[in-house]
Order: sequence, then C-alpha cells, then structure tokens
Amino acid sequence: MITLDKITKTYNKGQVEAVKEVSLEVKPGELFGLIGPDGAGKTTIFRILTTLLLADKGTATVNGFDVVKDYVKIRNSVGYMPGRFSLYQDLTIEENLHFFATVFGTTIEANYDLIKDIYQQIEPFKDRRAGKLSGGMKQKLALCCALIHKPAVLFLDEPTTGVDVVSRKEFWEMLGRLKNEGITILVSTPYMDEATRCDRIALIQKGSILSVDEPEGIIRNFPVELFAVHAANTHRLLKEVRGYEGTDSCFAFGDALHVTFKGAVVADGQGKSAAGGQGEASGLLPYLRAKGLEDVRMEKITPGIEDCFINLLKN
Amino acid sequence: MDTVITTDKLTKRFGSFIAANELSFEVGKGEIFGFLGANGAGKTTAMRMLCGLLAPSSGKATIAGFDVYTQTEKIKRNIGYMSQKFSLYDDLTVSENIRFYAGIYGMSRPTIREKTRVLLDELGLQNEAKTLVRELPLGWKQKLAFSVSIVHDPEIVFLDEPTGGVDPVTRRQFWDLIYAAADKGVTIFVTTHYMDEAEYCNRVSIMVDGVIAALDSPAGLKRQYGSGSMEDVFYELARKAKRTGD
Repeated sequence: MITLDKITKTYNKGQVEAVKEVSLEVKPGELFGLIGPDGAGKTTIFRILTTLLLADKGTATVNGFDVVKDYVKIRNSVGYMPGRFSLYQDLTIEENLHFFATVFGTTIEANYDLIKDIYQQIEPFKDRRAGKLSGGMKQKLALCCALIHKPAVLFLDEPTTGVDVVSRKEFWEMLGRLKNEGITILVSTPYMDEATRCDRIALIQKGSILSVDEPEGIIRNFPVELFAVHAANTHRLLKEVRGYEGTDSCFAFGDALHVTFKGAVVADGQGKSAAGGQGEASGLLPYLRAKGLEDVRMEKITPGIEDCFINLLKN
Repeated sequence: MDTVITTDKLTKRFGSFIAANELSFEVGKGEIFGFLGANGAGKTTAMRMLCGLLAPSSGKATIAGFDVYTQTEKIKRNIGYMSQKFSLYDDLTVSENIRFYAGIYGMSRPTIREKTRVLLDELGLQNEAKTLVRELPLGWKQKLAFSVSIVHDPEIVFLDEPTGGVDPVTRRQFWDLIYAAADKGVTIFVTTHYMDEAEYCNRVSIMVDGVIAALDSPAGLKRQYGSGSMEDVFYELARKAKRTGD
C-alpha cells in the first residue's frame, strides 16, 4: 500500500541528511508506526509520501501511485494530519469539516458513518471556532477533516505529542476502529510505549531505520538477557550499578533500573541460550550489598520497545 | 526540611472559571517535585503564579521566601525557568548564550567567565563554545537550556515539559543533570507527560480540574491506588476529569 525504495532527502544544499536511503513497505490494512525522536526524519518521510516534498533520490508509491508522477491521484486518496495543527482557526468546527468535504468533492453526509464516533464528541461545540478549541478537541477535528473523503491511506504525524495519558489512550482506541474499517494507517510517535499498539513498527533515528518488525519480533531479537534492579533509593542505586565493572548498560526505567551485563553471549536473532545471556549478572547483588545497599532485588524481565531502541542506538 | 515553596489555598479565577482552586502544598529544599495533570487541569496557571508572572485571585504563597503578590521581582531573581520551547537564542553561540543570561541576572564579568568555563566543562561542550546554538542537536540544546536556567544559582528551577521529543538515552542523560542539580540543593519543580519520569521524582502531585487530587511519593501513590505504575495512577485520577482542553 505504501512503498519507499532507497529514499534520500537532504536539506541546506546537502549539508543535512534528513532521510538516508530508507526502504519500507506498508501492507494494505496495516497500522504501521514510525517510532523515533525529533530529528529522526519522520516528518520528512510523511511529506514525501503525501507529495508535499520531493525526495533527492529513490522512489516511493502510495496506493499504487508514484509520488512524483501521480501526485494528484495520491492527494485525492490519502488523508494527512500534520504534526502542527493546520486547520482554519477562524472557521468553526462545522465550517472546517464542510470546507474539507467540499475540496474533495464530497459531503459530510456521504461519509458520516466513518467519522461519526469521533465527530459526536465535538459536535456539541460545532459552532465554536477551531482556534478556540482545546488540544484534545483540535486533534479530533483534525482527524475528522483527514477522514472526510474516506481515504484509502491515513497519514498521522505525531498525533499524540504533548497530549496527556488519558487522551492518548482514547486516540489509539479510535485508530483501532479505523483500522477495522480497512484503512491503512501510517502513524509516527516519539512515545515508545505506543509502539505495541501497532501491527508493525519501524524504529528510526537520524534518518536511518534501525529495525522493522512486529513489536513482539523486535522484543524477541533483544540480544542478551535484561534484568530489573530495585532499591528504595533509585538514584543511589544507579550510581552504584554503573560502578560495577560487570555492568554493560544501565538505565533508569521508572522505579527500577534496567541492566545488561558484560560477558553475555550476544544472540544472532535466532534465540539465545539461557546460560550465556546473563554474563556477569550473578556478581551484582553481592557487590551492591558490600556497598551498603541492603534492600536490593533483581529479576529477569522481558524488554520493552524502549529497551530495544536504546540497545539499537548503542550499535 | 527547609521549605522553599509554600502555598495556602492559592486560587486563580478567570471570570467565573476557576483555573486553579485552593492549592495548598509545600516543597522542600533540594526536592524533585513532579507537577502532573491532564491537559487543561490548571498546571500552567499554577506555574505562572508560582513564578511571579500571574497575580493570584486569592490565597497565599511564598517562593524562596518571597510573596507572590508583593515580591514578584525578587521571585524572578531567585528562580530558574526552562520550557520545551527553549529560551536559547539560535543565532548566538553557546558561550554567548551563557554570557547573555548570566548578564541578565547581573553577574559580574569575572564570575561569568568562570561560570562559562565550568558549565562547558560539565556539559562536555568545550569544543562547541563558538558553535551557533542553531547547529546543536536537540538533546544538547536541552542540556544547555537547563544549565543556563540555573546559571545564577537559583533556589528553585521550574521545568515545563523539558524532555519532549528526544531519544530515550538523551532523556535519561537529562535526568542525570536534574539529579546533580538537586544534589547541590537546587529544588526541582517539573511537569512531564512521561509517566516513567514521574517515578524519578521524590514526590508527585496530580491536578484534576483545577484542584490537587493527589500528592505523595510515587510509591505512596501506587500503594494508595493499588496500581502497578504511575501511568495507572494518573489514568485512574485524570479520566474522572470533567474539563477538556488546555
């Protein structure tokens, strides 16, 4: 449904490489996530796919159409919600929606079923100007406007950035329902915890793809065993664990530290041996107790996407 | 414990709308205090009052010992502030930015020179002193913005969503800086949408519809709400919100 083949894009006369030879494929009906921090190249990829920006090198297609030759056809068959709120601030909710329906040669009524669930939440305020809406309501209106012509592919660039946990959860539930309608969705996010909501994800950093797979697949490929270490004083614990010479990596994750150890056998992606993956783990607790940390606990855990991302950054 | 922020029924009304309703809490010296809430809960209004930028409608508050009604200029001199929209000047170099902010706070030239040296050292930016801030990666900008916000050794620094958008490793390096500042006795008042960062705070308050709905250590809150994570605690409280929006 979406293909990118060695897409490269530079800015400032080639000085800034925003996207470097990125190749990707998104299947029909898939909910696909581009996961990465600011500056990873997510927005550039969105702008190339929505025909708003020309790539320097490489080819890309959306819904079978070439992003350069068939750009008009693409514009008619995709919905795009940019990262920055881009609706008309001085039109009301209803006027914005009507405007976008008209531009695409359709009516609000024709595709009302698709947006009904979302639109009903903001309909009580339909006469309010878009500029006066709260962040959550703007987000819902922008989604309605991106959907009003029943697009085959939906592009959502960081729809949940800066949004609180409750609204984020609601938004992902909405995306799940749209996916069930058969719409292919490409969504980007800097929040690693949202990755598991996607069918497949690409982890991206500095213009390059680090890994593409189902979230479970990326987690399965974590090369060594990962341990969570707890103590009442996490800050002190962090200093001490970093001081242990068998520690390979150590990062705070909420109220625990996630630690990998030196000497662990790196798996080749085909699964790992239980004995070899631990490395020098067994020496840590005695080391910490000798340092006066009495209340420490350690257990083996399954990595999350954020652990995998950190690990991939290391290489 | 010395307290550096004390509020007593601090309230802000905009017409009939009560943005912040009778906020009462204390923050101790060197504490890392997480100030959480859903969009529209009243966090920004509360922060603006605490920074001396917005006059309260009623209630009391002292910041670093100064009154939020009558001593706002003294408050501004004794606090630092950093938001996600950095206040650094893109077309000044790293050292020019430091000199600019230190100058605004009235520091002497020899002190500024010494501060600049120490700060560049701590950040490992010695070779970037003459680089335009525009050319720095986002993560470096964030670290620099934080260091500049405490260049005048304030008692308290307010961080408004300081870690948005950076990669997971950079985000954690930023927290190392926060811990280091807190160890030196700087009080940290921080808002965030990352719930794992709420766990890094000594205590956390959660605002819902203009009031402080919960305030305790992360462990205490999790116990009280029978939740495994701060995300669950937050969700439990914030989903009851009636207000929508920012």
